[in-house]
Amino acid sequence: MWPNKFDYARAGSVDEALSLISDDGKFLAGGHSLLPVMKLRLDAPEQLVDIGRIPELSGISANGGLTIGATTTHDEIATSDAVQSMCSALASACGQVGDQGVRNFGTIGGNIAHADPASDPPTVLVACGATINIQGADGARSVSAQDFFVDLFETDLEDGELITGLSLPNCSDCQCAYVKFPHPASRYAIVGVAVCLKMDGGTCAQADVAVGGATVKAVKCAGAEAALAGTSLDDAALDAAAEAVKADIAEWLAGDIAYPEAYRQQMAGVFLKRAVAEATG
Amino acid sequence: MQVSITVNGVVHECDVDPRTLLVHFLREELDLTGTKIGCDTSQCGACTVHLDGKVLKSCTLLAAQADGAAVTTIEGLSENGEHHPMQTSFWENHGLQCGYCTPGMIMASAAFARDNPGASEAEIRHYLEGNICRCTGYHNIVKAVKQVADAAAAT
Repeated sequence: MWPNKFDYARAGSVDEALSLISDDGKFLAGGHSLLPVMKLRLDAPEQLVDIGRIPELSGISANGGLTIGATTTHDEIATSDAVQSMCSALASACGQVGDQGVRNFGTIGGNIAHADPASDPPTVLVACGATINIQGADGARSVSAQDFFVDLFETDLEDGELITGLSLPNCSDCQCAYVKFPHPASRYAIVGVAVCLKMDGGTCAQADVAVGGATVKAVKCAGAEAALAGTSLDDAALDAAAEAVKADIAEWLAGDIAYPEAYRQQMAGVFLKRAVAEATG
Repeated sequence: MQVSITVNGVVHECDVDPRTLLVHFLREELDLTGTKIGCDTSQCGACTVHLDGKVLKSCTLLAAQADGAAVTTIEGLSENGEHHPMQTSFWENHGLQCGYCTPGMIMASAAFARDNPGASEAEIRHYLEGNICRCTGYHNIVKAVKQVADAAAAT
């Protein structure tokens, strides 16, 4: 399949990329979300500005927290010692994206710009309190992952703005996990649940929970978090959280003929329990 | 636009439409039709090649993105007229039925065995999730990969 015709330009720096981008242009990094969409003619930008070789957009640095450049690949994140130590759930989620060929070239910035509701990393970014760093013609700004994902394939990104990277707090003293129910054919998440638990002895001092796959976007789940916090994560607390998460995601549910909304809603509770078990196991 | 791509050790300078995917470039510009187009949606792996040594689904990258890079296709895997060990192993274990997925399977497997000597059958099966054999001939494919991975661990 051939995409529609477009003009191609390669940028050597963020400033050059921002100056090159036109009104109907898109940034191209790995292309593993954008090109499939263009081949299916679901989108037809008239210009692509290739940011894949901009040195300052790539790489992972650990300074108290994590900073990950927008063109860092899923494989680089999944296999990074720093990410595995500071946010193991993100390493796990990035290691579950697509397959090795996709992970070798697909980038985290492209992934979140695309905002596929069934993708894995966004759910972890919302649960673990990531910040998305954005550069536009008018300067730089940052937005929380929770506010970045607005709706189905819809983000807070304005025309002409470029994701430069993301920042994550150091979760190495948390117990975090990402667990998904993969679609049997595509391996996309039918339901994906990320948890980040701060334990104080046997008590869960703080719980952060997000759900994706079942919903039009990754959703932070305050009800489930409240049901887990202050408990020993005993069966009663897990049952309460599994009930609460269903309410948390109710207004954002999405389904299809094989996996309807009600089924995914129920599975969110099941996979929340599994995520807690994996995080604390 | 002008691109310069090294394919199987030979530099190719070509003028391409920017929307040319790498797999089109290989098959239609260079006539290297060993690389197949299967699903054309980055799922089946029939178009798998190596880009700078990494496994890539060549239906999901523009030739423009490969400008300056080195690509290896199934045609470039043998050395000095000798089959690559993975090609030999697919032959010996009959790791194919219709053969359409075979170039992609071999390209993916060759990179995997290079990076994971001694890999277990479970690891091989998990790794090959990105390559689909519609004949469902996985048993002998996995056997073929295991033979090379075991041999790599033994040396």
